[in-house]
Amino acid sequence: MSKDRKADTEMRNGSANPAAGSGRNPGMGHGMKRGMRGGMPKGRPGLQSGKKPMEVLKRMAAYILHYYKWACLLVVIMIFFSAIAMIYGNMFLQTLIDDYIVPLTGKSNPDFMPLLKAIFRIACVYVAGAACTYGYNRIMVAVTQGTLRHLRMDMFRHMETLPVRYFDTHTHGDIMSMYTNDTDTLRQMISQSFPQIVSSAITIVGVLISMIMLNIPLTILTLAMCGVMAKTAGFLGGKAGTYFVKQQKDLGAVNGYIEEMMSGQKVVKVFCHEEKNIEEFNRLNDSLADSADKANTFANILMPVNGNLGNISFVLCIVAGALMTISGFGGLTLGKLASFLQFNRSFSMPIVQVSQQFNAIIMALAGADRIFSLLDEKPEEDEGYVMLVRANVDAEGNITESEERTGTWAWKHYHKADNTTTYTRMEGDIVMEHVDFGYNPDKIVLKDISLYAKPGQKIAFVGATGAGKTTITNLINRFYDINSGKIRYDGININKFKKNDLRRSLGVVLQDTHLFTGTVMENIRYGRLDATDEQVKEAARLANAEYFIEHLPQGYDTMLTGDGANLSQGQRQLLAIARAAVADPPVLILDEATSSIDTRTEKIVQEGMDHLMEGRTVFVIAHRLSTIKNSDVIMVLDQGKIIERGDHDSLLKEKGIYYQLYTGMLEQD
Amino acid sequence: MLKTLLAQVKEYKKPSFLTPVFAILEVFMEVMLPLIMAAIIDDGIGKGNVSYAVKMGFLMLFMAMLSLLFGVLAGRFAAQASSGFARNLRKGMFENIQTFAFSNIDKYSTAGLVTRMTTDVTNVQNSYQMVLRMCARAPVTLICALAMTIKINARLSSVFLVAIVVLGVSLAFIVSNAFPVFTQVFKKYDDLNASVQENVNAIRVVKSYVRENHEISKLQKACTELCMLSVKAEKIICLNMPIMQLTVYGCILSISWFGAQFVVAETMTKGELMSMFNYVMSILMSLMMLSMIFVMLTMSKASMDRIAEILTEQADIVNPEQPVMHVKDGSIEFEDVNFAYRKDSKNVLEQINLKIRSGETIGIIGGTGGSKSTFVQMIPRLYDTTEGTVYVGGLDVRKYDLEVLRDEVSMVLQKNVLFSGTIKDNLRWGNPEAGDEEIERVCKLAQADDFVKNFPDQYDTWIEQGGTNVSGGQKQRLCIARALLKKPKILILDDSTSAVDTKTDAMIRKAFREEIPETTKLIIAQRISSIQDADRIIVLDEGRVNGIGTHEELLASNEIYRDVYESQVKGGTDDE
Repeated sequence: MSKDRKADTEMRNGSANPAAGSGRNPGMGHGMKRGMRGGMPKGRPGLQSGKKPMEVLKRMAAYILHYYKWACLLVVIMIFFSAIAMIYGNMFLQTLIDDYIVPLTGKSNPDFMPLLKAIFRIACVYVAGAACTYGYNRIMVAVTQGTLRHLRMDMFRHMETLPVRYFDTHTHGDIMSMYTNDTDTLRQMISQSFPQIVSSAITIVGVLISMIMLNIPLTILTLAMCGVMAKTAGFLGGKAGTYFVKQQKDLGAVNGYIEEMMSGQKVVKVFCHEEKNIEEFNRLNDSLADSADKANTFANILMPVNGNLGNISFVLCIVAGALMTISGFGGLTLGKLASFLQFNRSFSMPIVQVSQQFNAIIMALAGADRIFSLLDEKPEEDEGYVMLVRANVDAEGNITESEERTGTWAWKHYHKADNTTTYTRMEGDIVMEHVDFGYNPDKIVLKDISLYAKPGQKIAFVGATGAGKTTITNLINRFYDINSGKIRYDGININKFKKNDLRRSLGVVLQDTHLFTGTVMENIRYGRLDATDEQVKEAARLANAEYFIEHLPQGYDTMLTGDGANLSQGQRQLLAIARAAVADPPVLILDEATSSIDTRTEKIVQEGMDHLMEGRTVFVIAHRLSTIKNSDVIMVLDQGKIIERGDHDSLLKEKGIYYQLYTGMLEQD
Repeated sequence: MLKTLLAQVKEYKKPSFLTPVFAILEVFMEVMLPLIMAAIIDDGIGKGNVSYAVKMGFLMLFMAMLSLLFGVLAGRFAAQASSGFARNLRKGMFENIQTFAFSNIDKYSTAGLVTRMTTDVTNVQNSYQMVLRMCARAPVTLICALAMTIKINARLSSVFLVAIVVLGVSLAFIVSNAFPVFTQVFKKYDDLNASVQENVNAIRVVKSYVRENHEISKLQKACTELCMLSVKAEKIICLNMPIMQLTVYGCILSISWFGAQFVVAETMTKGELMSMFNYVMSILMSLMMLSMIFVMLTMSKASMDRIAEILTEQADIVNPEQPVMHVKDGSIEFEDVNFAYRKDSKNVLEQINLKIRSGETIGIIGGTGGSKSTFVQMIPRLYDTTEGTVYVGGLDVRKYDLEVLRDEVSMVLQKNVLFSGTIKDNLRWGNPEAGDEEIERVCKLAQADDFVKNFPDQYDTWIEQGGTNVSGGQKQRLCIARALLKKPKILILDDSTSAVDTKTDAMIRKAFREEIPETTKLIIAQRISSIQDADRIIVLDEGRVNGIGTHEELLASNEIYRDVYESQVKGGTDDE
């Protein structure tokens, strides 16, 4: 009668509904966190990658087994013994009355010793069974948490190798949800569905064998009913699944709407648009409530339907069995029928249990599928071999490699052809020749760009939004690779550089300043991890950031959280500039680095920037033309082409686009 | 807190009530079914009474059908009640948020509000469904089963008393030990996700500085910590199952032992003993269920708190009791105005006293953090002053109906937003009834008509969320047009032409001067050229009026103004 198992199932009832966070799920309160940035992956169940669910399941199993082969084997064995202990206990109960109690009744001096012995024996089995239960649960905790840990790390490690293109083409909400929702669904599957299925399978096989030995026709009948149950479970589960998909979609719509309206809430207030918003929200909200209602209804009725189909199966067996006993067909005796009926009960139970895991498994497979697609993303290719090394330059200009920080860097260039290594001093000389580029092959963003930057020169890009200014800088540090043409850095084709070494030689300050959770000191030090406190402060002074840092509550030790939410945009930009300063790269890329600093403050920052730019090759993109006036070369971009080039004075004389921009006659943005 | 939430059940009281009712009926069927089953096996098949067995079989079939019906209904109503409850919670929050004043909005981040209305509501929805389905079921099962055992044999049923105590103690132990660890786990989990998110957002910085390995080792540490803490927490929860099993087994064995004595002493029949075994499970199971409800509620308490917080948040600014429905003219007066965003923080506006005549054009200039935006937001009563009074049309702004006031004082915010929808949809925010001609007219004023007409779909062009598919300057002009559509008496532009070229900027100002001369205009700008032809210019510095006057006056007398002017003129005639 596997009563304990039943309790087990009931306890897990909470998780039969895939949307229900199980009580011990640390993911609670985090589930569905997706879409914080509006990215709501559509269609959760049903695999996006088009792979077969079985393949994903297999891969998931292989992943777990890779780390926990022996643990899993042990778990299966323990589940087996735990089940055996239960069955053994149930058998004892069936014999208790006939074998132990009946012989004692009516005796004047009953001997309870045999019963006591039997109870003691069973107690031992029970304790062993409970120990096994604890054992496999305990191991499963380690397996589950360990697998999740490995998975998270694998995802993260892999994610870090992905090209910038991946992050540009996937919403961040989507990526995040793999770490939250998808790993959560996997937690549920590994820790609950997996042991449940194993234990159900053991029971099913055991009971099936016993049934076949007792009576084959009744076994067939039972199996047929199980088929019906499985079909029903499939149908209801499928229905529920469909609506869960719709629910997720609706939730996505609600999520998106809330996000849009909440971020524009002040505009809503200014235009007294509250009523209208509520109307629209109600429409979306009702649709969500409706699909949630339907999804949960189907999930909820799965259990009573299947449980009672089990009861019907039981009754059918009684009727058929009774007819068979009367006719004597198949040698079925009443005693055998009674036993068979018990088995019929035990057979339905695990099927009900497994069907309850149905939704959880669908959700988990969809999650696993998404995770695996992340892991299958092709990492950034790097065939470069030219490396950046510290160097000493002697009086004759010979370059040798150095272990110590010398302040001088060189490119170590190994020539395969003649097995020699040459060193080129890193100076920051950049040349672009006839560069074409498009984010998609069919849409060219940059067309025939040629430019040269001599070491120490300041090159500025101006032009309207979408003209391709930022794109050029993305090509220099190889966030994207060019379609045709050539980019040379100190005379070497940049495709030959190891990407990391290339990037290390370029300092970048971006318009969207990103800071990390940590102290101000740590954030600046991000530019060079081995910088001393003094060097960090030096850099801060250079960027004119020291003044405001010292006014923070804990100065350099002030914690920054949430991307530096406690700082103003201007202050964050100053920190980003300091971060680039401490890295001390020969080439700087400043993409709208001072856009959020007001003109008066900018004057102060500008001084710092000028210090920073001294002796470096600098690429500047700036909205404010005053920032770039003193550039050596100014390139005016329009629709991916350089349409004017020259210094400030010559461009003004030309009275072309730059002149119009500069005098405010043309809109830049 | 619970009361606040439950008040949102509203029209779903009926299904909320019916769910436990049908759950209880289902329990009755479930309690009966094993009895019939036992009867079939013992009295029917066991005694060779086949017709009895078949007869009882049909009874059982009937009851199974009933049980199915009740179960389905309970499930159906539970789904309806919980999804409806969730719907009302979201609705309640959304509606309350719509009443928020700026000061309320400032308290919450967008992400925070989104999480509350999605994740937290989902958590509560699941708990609610669980509670509805289980809360009646568990006690009823417990009571029924206990009653049956007491009826069978009161002395033997005392075994359960021991079991209940044992389970209660161990559950208390488990929860009290595991819960604090879980709280830490949640925190760690949040931190972990935050750092992944940080990384995803800042991937360009990570890659630029080649800090992939640095980030990986940082996350490795966090991941390992999370894993160890989770194991620590779940390890305790693991005890739950074996303890329950041991209790059940203990009950079975005790009943076997004592029951045997009773049966031998003939104070109990064999059948009764078998029934006792059947009830062991029911009793212990319902106890476990109760404990689970308890755990689940504790777990979703955090979510409930967060939802209740939004539901009970009182709007800082509400309509006065007898609101004035008409604004006389566009005059503005500030009288001894002080303002601080929070009670304990320092004033960002100090002693503002000034009068603006109706129809005047006022330029406002000052450094970042000079409280320019705060200053103008006092006028449509987006914030209330901390001290002092703001008058519009000669009347304290707190006396006006909010909608009337905000329709007459039209404001283009610095951080302006277009919403997903067509250009027309967006513009009609200013006036839902505006006809096409009217829309075209204001767009001409805002110098937006030309570029809109150049779009293939013209005024029906679809705007993406946040207006990402129009340029910054175009967006600003559309926002100005939207504000003009209100036909306000006062128009406030908060740095609203920063991305517009100077020529267009000048044309907008010219159009204002000629087409809407009677409207009071307040223009905040970074560049001098945008405001130098204003009737008067206010220089705000660190929350105080540093100077006020015409361009020439200020150039002669005001140091800050001269500074700004020179920084811009020296850099050419203009920038930005």
